[in-house]
Amino acid sequence: MKILNKQIIKDVAGVKIKQLDIFSPDIAANAQPGQFVMLMASENGERIPLTLVNTDKIKGTLSLIFQEAGFTTQSLGRLNPGDSLYSLVGPLGHPTEIKKYGKIILVGGGVGIAEILPVARALKKAGLPAGQAGNHITTILGSRNKDLLILEAELKSASDQIYIMTDDGSYGRKGFTTDMLKELLSKDKYDLIYSVGPIPMMKMVAGISKEYQIKTLVSSNALMVDATGMCGCCRVSVFGEVKFSCVDGPDFDGHGVDWEELEKRNKVYSVQEKHICNLKKNNGDGSIFPRV
Amino acid sequence: MKKEPVKVREVPAEIRVGNFEEVMKGYSEEEALLEASRCLQCKDPVCISGCPVGIDIKKFIYHITQNDYRAAYFTIREKNNFPSICGRVCPAEYQCCKTCILTKKDAPFASEGAINIHFLERFVGDYGKNNNLDVPVEKEEKFSKFKVAVVGSGPAGLCCAGELARKGIKVDIFESLHKTGGVLRYGIPPFRLPWDVLDFEINYLKKLGVNFITNFLVGKAKTVGDLFSQGYANIFLGLGAGVPSFLGIKGENLCNIYSANEFLTRVNLMLAYKFPEFHTPVNIGKNVLIVGGGNTAMDAARVALRLQKLKGYPLNTTIIYRRTEVQMPARRLEIEHAKEEGIKFEFLVQPKEFIGDDQGFVRKLICLRSKLGEPDSSGRRRPIVIEGSEFEMNCDLSVIAVGLKANQILINATPELKTDKYSDVIVDAETMESSIKGVFAGGDIVGGEGTVIEAMGMAKKAAQSIIGKLSKK
Repeated sequence: MKILNKQIIKDVAGVKIKQLDIFSPDIAANAQPGQFVMLMASENGERIPLTLVNTDKIKGTLSLIFQEAGFTTQSLGRLNPGDSLYSLVGPLGHPTEIKKYGKIILVGGGVGIAEILPVARALKKAGLPAGQAGNHITTILGSRNKDLLILEAELKSASDQIYIMTDDGSYGRKGFTTDMLKELLSKDKYDLIYSVGPIPMMKMVAGISKEYQIKTLVSSNALMVDATGMCGCCRVSVFGEVKFSCVDGPDFDGHGVDWEELEKRNKVYSVQEKHICNLKKNNGDGSIFPRV
Repeated sequence: MKKEPVKVREVPAEIRVGNFEEVMKGYSEEEALLEASRCLQCKDPVCISGCPVGIDIKKFIYHITQNDYRAAYFTIREKNNFPSICGRVCPAEYQCCKTCILTKKDAPFASEGAINIHFLERFVGDYGKNNNLDVPVEKEEKFSKFKVAVVGSGPAGLCCAGELARKGIKVDIFESLHKTGGVLRYGIPPFRLPWDVLDFEINYLKKLGVNFITNFLVGKAKTVGDLFSQGYANIFLGLGAGVPSFLGIKGENLCNIYSANEFLTRVNLMLAYKFPEFHTPVNIGKNVLIVGGGNTAMDAARVALRLQKLKGYPLNTTIIYRRTEVQMPARRLEIEHAKEEGIKFEFLVQPKEFIGDDQGFVRKLICLRSKLGEPDSSGRRRPIVIEGSEFEMNCDLSVIAVGLKANQILINATPELKTDKYSDVIVDAETMESSIKGVFAGGDIVGGEGTVIEAMGMAKKAAQSIIGKLSKK
């Protein structure tokens, strides 16, 4: 659980994206693309799920990439090499189904780009041991602007084709990932779409691909507590059936996910989140207690 | 001889709802002596037949009357590893107190006049704890070369580990959560089972040499096969029943509808009632409805009430149960405590549909009234919905406590492990060995939701089988 390496991937315009490399040989040895870990930054901390971005079985390490979006991710971001996490358990969830599909589009938005990287790499290679060509990978990455785009080079090498979309047009093409998705689907046939990113983006991706009847997997990002199937905090309705993201997912058929419900359930603690972040801001040093 | 049972001192309801401290104070020495003196010391002590692990109740109570608490402690420990825990959480009114000769014939549970065996057990257990009475260790050199993996640190796992370690077998307990104790930690609130009682038992095992490996999910980080190849001679599965059942009604995924496990885990394990000092949040409402009639429902209701108090809300928590009070599976004591604390009960009511607002938060529960029909397979009279009885209850937070199913991660990762139609692990009733040679199981993962003492009984049996096997090696 020891942090070996920390990298600040982005620190621009108030957006902080960081990478931690953590020593955890048992998780590293068994993890597969699409799986996640559950961690606590400190003894008083919350348990949060983070998708495994990379694992090194030989060194026994795993890499996590996260944006400092709330109190807990900020606490995590303050840890340094040499520090240990209070708790780390995994690998959790079903791995993404890696096999030969044919032509695949990967759609990543924001920090969700980090989560498609291991899946992209695995899908690219799928089928290769039998001497066949792997899947043909087309990747669409979306970001607010050029400065906030992450892992472009890594995904480029894991893809046959890559398209960058920025909201302000400062890099790649101006527009959303879904604009490019529509364009690609109108021109060619694809066998699978895999998408990770903000809920509105995944919802739109699924909406578009449904018209073309293309199988679409999304990585649900529900709130969790134990992440071993014991609490049901992460329940998601898929084709009207209740599923637990932690043990039934995290990947689900995007065409069946009740996005509205998921979006609302993910905001259930927004009041507390605001409160604890304000306490921290007022104290200036990241603590939630008044300084003595 | 005193006829009336000695009451156990309790923290007054109006004080205890404002904190999570233990409600029952337990007997003082004088009170224990007085209560013990009521025991008739029957020639044929039928009470013992009510104890799932067969504690010699007559004998330990006799020792109390002789002021020999040490002997009383060791008498209990012959059969029960955790008297301080069981003395607090055993549903004695369905067990030893029910079979006590002083319980009226055919009573559904213990009569008031029965001996308070569990409170005496608690007194003796706490005496042992406070005086560091360790059960003699019988370490045998021949066992020191063996190590056994115990999966799960709940009641079954702890008990099995203790039995093995006392023989000198090396034991590693794997626990997926960051803290040990399983349901004793995340499920049972500290006002029923204080943490120091649980920690004492866990520390005792550590002293015996048991090694606790937290944050480790067997079935994911390692398989059962991996454990064998790592050199474990045997494996004990105390996985528990932790998968919550839901009602399957409309609106159940609205915000602020919790499973009891989630609600209790947030509060008991993650200490959400101390937010923001502890960073895990939990919500609380002004109209809280708890669905269910077991101990978990009582725990959830009493936790909810305390959260309302801490938040400064008027106390307004209601338990909805589809049968009547007498059929409630909860301990009578918990029902009484819940009532004293101001929890309301709606009997013969079934939830039909949750209604939410624009933000997706629950606002109302539509219910149906029912009446009791013929007994079902459980022997309890089946609730029958009364047509046209629909009514609404205000509800801004609800906790569903309608049962738990077997934990599935390890089972799914181990296809050769045979399970029954409830996905519980099938074992040989005598040896507790599963369909995989050398893999034993006990507790709620065998036979579904049960009690701490039943789990312990199974774990002891499994430990005996393991010891027997290893002594032949």
